[in-house]
Amino acid sequence: MNLTVRAKNLSLAACIVFSAAVLFIAPLLGMEAFSPALFFERSQNLDSQILWKLRIPRVFLAFLAGAGLSVCGMAFQALFRNPLADPSTLGVSSGASVGAVLFIFTGLMSTPFGVPGISLFAFLGALGSILFVYGITRVARVEMGSTMLLAGVAVSLFFSSIIMFVQHLSDYSDSFHILHWLMGGVDTSGFTDVLTVLPFVAAGGLAVLLLTRELNLIAMGDEIALSRGVNVSRTQKQLFFATSLTVGGIVSVCGPIGFVGIMVPHICRLWIGSDHRYLTAFSLLFGGAFLVLCDLFARSVIAPAEIPVGVITALLGGPFFIWLLVFRFFEGRVA
Amino acid sequence: MTDPLIEVSELSYRAGEREILSGVSFKVERGDFLSIIGPNGAGKTTLLKCVGGILKRTKGSVRISGRPAESLSHKEMALRCAYVPQSGLTAFPFTVGEFVRMGRYAHTGPFSALSSGDLTAVRRAMQMTEIEEFEDRNLNTLSGGERQRVWIAAAVAQESEILLLDEPSTFLDPKHQIYIMEILKALNSKYGVTILSVTHDVNGALVAGGRAIALRDGKVAFSGAVQELLAGKVLEGIYGVPFHVLEHPHIGKRVAAHAGTEA
Repeated sequence: MNLTVRAKNLSLAACIVFSAAVLFIAPLLGMEAFSPALFFERSQNLDSQILWKLRIPRVFLAFLAGAGLSVCGMAFQALFRNPLADPSTLGVSSGASVGAVLFIFTGLMSTPFGVPGISLFAFLGALGSILFVYGITRVARVEMGSTMLLAGVAVSLFFSSIIMFVQHLSDYSDSFHILHWLMGGVDTSGFTDVLTVLPFVAAGGLAVLLLTRELNLIAMGDEIALSRGVNVSRTQKQLFFATSLTVGGIVSVCGPIGFVGIMVPHICRLWIGSDHRYLTAFSLLFGGAFLVLCDLFARSVIAPAEIPVGVITALLGGPFFIWLLVFRFFEGRVA
Repeated sequence: MTDPLIEVSELSYRAGEREILSGVSFKVERGDFLSIIGPNGAGKTTLLKCVGGILKRTKGSVRISGRPAESLSHKEMALRCAYVPQSGLTAFPFTVGEFVRMGRYAHTGPFSALSSGDLTAVRRAMQMTEIEEFEDRNLNTLSGGERQRVWIAAAVAQESEILLLDEPSTFLDPKHQIYIMEILKALNSKYGVTILSVTHDVNGALVAGGRAIALRDGKVAFSGAVQELLAGKVLEGIYGVPFHVLEHPHIGKRVAAHAGTEA
């Protein structure tokens, strides 16, 4: 079965309504449910404080992180024609983690330029790993492709060992701090984190949106893409840097959040097909809404305690994805 | 005097230590039907990819309408040359219609929907290859013959004056081989598309007419009208096995049969 253009546009409209509804309702739910009237109340009471200073920024941060991670995962899967690729596979997340872990271990406590030092260190780590992986492909003179993926996986595993090594040397309190960071989360107060992540996701999302036709052709193979007039190597570079930096920015603030980057794009493919002109918008919207819902679950189910959102994404998303796979995989809409 | 449409001179290509093409030169005029023949590993596919700008870092020059190929942007190249690769077995997640429409890439910008001109070109390409009836089917569900027509349609939709085909009929049964050949001949004679087709099917090339070049060990071993392939020991020189020339009883053309192994 293939969706007609009309059905795709309807699905897109449905997805927009769905994510708008999630954005509107999620801040009202939690340990304590609020009435929508609270949005319009100009009071300084505790509920209003919780809504505006905690829940709304948190929901926004979750949406941005989810949107960014899934759209970047989608781009990587098309770029490498590999269903398991996402920027984390290439070591961005573990690079960021090394930065954050070293920051905690060395006990630096500074907030330069109003950005938390841990985020800054994490971002430097991400940047380092991006340049390192890219440098490997330049030095080895290989095309972006499976060799680059393998190099990225090797770098990623190498960084993971550094993290374990540092953790092994750390005392209990640092070690707990490290573990907490590595689990990832979108808990935040105020809009600083939201505004830090926003430019990354906006730039990354826009870069992918501008290159959807190229992604479609690259998914058909480099030769076809070249023959149709796509500058394949330039597109690969643009997307590699745009998406890696986006993920680096997100991970620096939220820590590594697994599953979203790999699985949400596949969920979207099952829903809408592989045409990236639609799939990009879907990945942004559904990825955002998905992480908001997972975070809602994470902060409500054993409230007032919280489950790390990275645990929930895989815990809910895994079975959901397998369910989709079993019942719809053979309709031939997934590569 | 006008430049030839394609002018390849002293083209060489190395993959690692191995020289796949060495000093290949030939010209193709507008409206030619050129078959590229030769034994396996002679460099036919590589030559086609060098002409189409798929392979870069070559030595020598490829000029299209007098312009050096390396001075053309990817899109400018696509407006001149469309390449139909050899059949692969990869899974493709698009429908026939979606794929053929992607052929308009070089004519459109980001975010712009296909214009009515674009859609006309797509429609014409699908009519010409008779694939309209399965426009909505997924690429993964096509048979070999259907697939080849769709791949050709996607290249035709590109509306470039040169069509490069890599073994368009190798995996097809005789009926579909003929069908593909008819499509190519129509493109060539009715629409003036210049065709370069790599083929193992010497008789196909003979029946198609036009010109042929033969490669052997990366060098041009023959260049001329296809019927000249039948002279003397030309084919034996190319393939290293003896050939017999026979008169085809119905189409009135001469064809070649290799001697085969003795029973």
